[in-house]
Amino acid sequence: METSIWRPIIYLVGIMAFAGVNAAYLGWCERKGAGRIQRRPGPKEVGPAGLLQPLADGIKLMTKQLLVPQGVDGIIFRVAPVIAMIPAITSMVVIPFSGNIQARAMELSVLLLFALASLAMIAILLGGWASGNKYAIISSARAVSQNLAYEIPMLLTVIAIVMISGSMNLRDIAIDQQGGFWHWNIFRFENGHFLYMWVGFIIFFICSIAETNRAPFDMAEAESELVAGFMTEYSSMGFGLFMMGEYLNIVVGACLTATLFLGGWDCPFGQTPGVWWFLLKIYILIFTVIWVRWTFPRTQVYRLLNLSWKILIPFSLVNVLVTAAFIKVF
Amino acid sequence: MSGYWSDILVGSKSLLTGMMITAREFFRPVVTENYPYEVPVMTERFRGHIELIPNEESGKPNCIACMACQRACPSDCISLKGSKKEGDKKKSLDSYILDFTKCSLCGSCVESCNFNALRFSKEYNLASFNKDDFIIDLLKRLEDQN
Repeated sequence: METSIWRPIIYLVGIMAFAGVNAAYLGWCERKGAGRIQRRPGPKEVGPAGLLQPLADGIKLMTKQLLVPQGVDGIIFRVAPVIAMIPAITSMVVIPFSGNIQARAMELSVLLLFALASLAMIAILLGGWASGNKYAIISSARAVSQNLAYEIPMLLTVIAIVMISGSMNLRDIAIDQQGGFWHWNIFRFENGHFLYMWVGFIIFFICSIAETNRAPFDMAEAESELVAGFMTEYSSMGFGLFMMGEYLNIVVGACLTATLFLGGWDCPFGQTPGVWWFLLKIYILIFTVIWVRWTFPRTQVYRLLNLSWKILIPFSLVNVLVTAAFIKVF
Repeated sequence: MSGYWSDILVGSKSLLTGMMITAREFFRPVVTENYPYEVPVMTERFRGHIELIPNEESGKPNCIACMACQRACPSDCISLKGSKKEGDKKKSLDSYILDFTKCSLCGSCVESCNFNALRFSKEYNLASFNKDDFIIDLLKRLEDQN
């Protein structure tokens, strides 16, 4: 692998641009999507079709005062929003956007992604803890228990994928699925094996929604019971960074789902693979996440944990066992 | 264990039903009325403040100043004056002042009118900082409309 100085620079610029555009415009997409689902037009005043709305929101947030209330833990309070952003951007190092567009094709990149996903949870914990606010701390405690519960089935389904591909390198996993949608892990019908992989996909998708604290699993934010949870005391860009971190986590989750289950940059019909297919897949997944958010009301904490411990974890364990048996026996 | 599998199946089915409903709504046209740019059409029985009905031929008010509306009004909102002009058979209006600050839109005036001279308007843009804006000269309003 080359070690030219240009590679990290191009990576930094490219990823920052991708992350910035996504963090800003997913907010717009979310509001438009929510509007259409509720038969409203969504933002439409600022610019054509409201396209300048994210810019206006950003300027508004930046011109506001970053209020640090009395009794907060000053340093942690200021650092937490940054920690929310960093893992999301860093995760994109190992995401294979296409065969040629990837910053680093690390071995163990799956492991790195999950380590960084846990860091995002720590940002929520620190933010809630430092705020010195009872809603914020309840919210952080919820976020931690939720993330612990949903990381287990997520990792178990990924283990099944890693066993099939025989690699923890996202690029190798994607290359393993090239050549049309019947090679993708979700419909991997080779020799009649792995007919049940769509179960793993559904488990993974549910867990990725829960990991990013999105509705219907937004126990941490829960604006109707906990005001805004860990974000209650944040104003200005502190709040803005948390929001951007949330959207970036959705993007990373969609990238991971697309790479692990939907063949990465592969074309469904076996021709013209490329970055456009990858982007198409992740935006379809992101749209589904938005669609789910505006369809289902928030669950309760114990139901959330029941779903994970009683349904998702047993299913993913069986998934791992059956996959191992298939690989060993056939 | 009883109910475990049926819970999963019934739950998944109801989740899918919900998703289908929102997907259908997503593709249906929006129902928002962009109020300041689009003026809504008021419904048939909407009650704005009262207004005079013009004669279809002359455009003058149908009112013959019989004072029935003024007597019918429970809040003394209406004060009108009429006189018989040279050459006319009936009396006609000199002034018709509605004090909308006291009006409760009960409609007794419209009911009491026997000459098809009074009706509810469809006026609804009535916000103002000035109390005097709600003391409305209906005769002048009718002339302005013509």
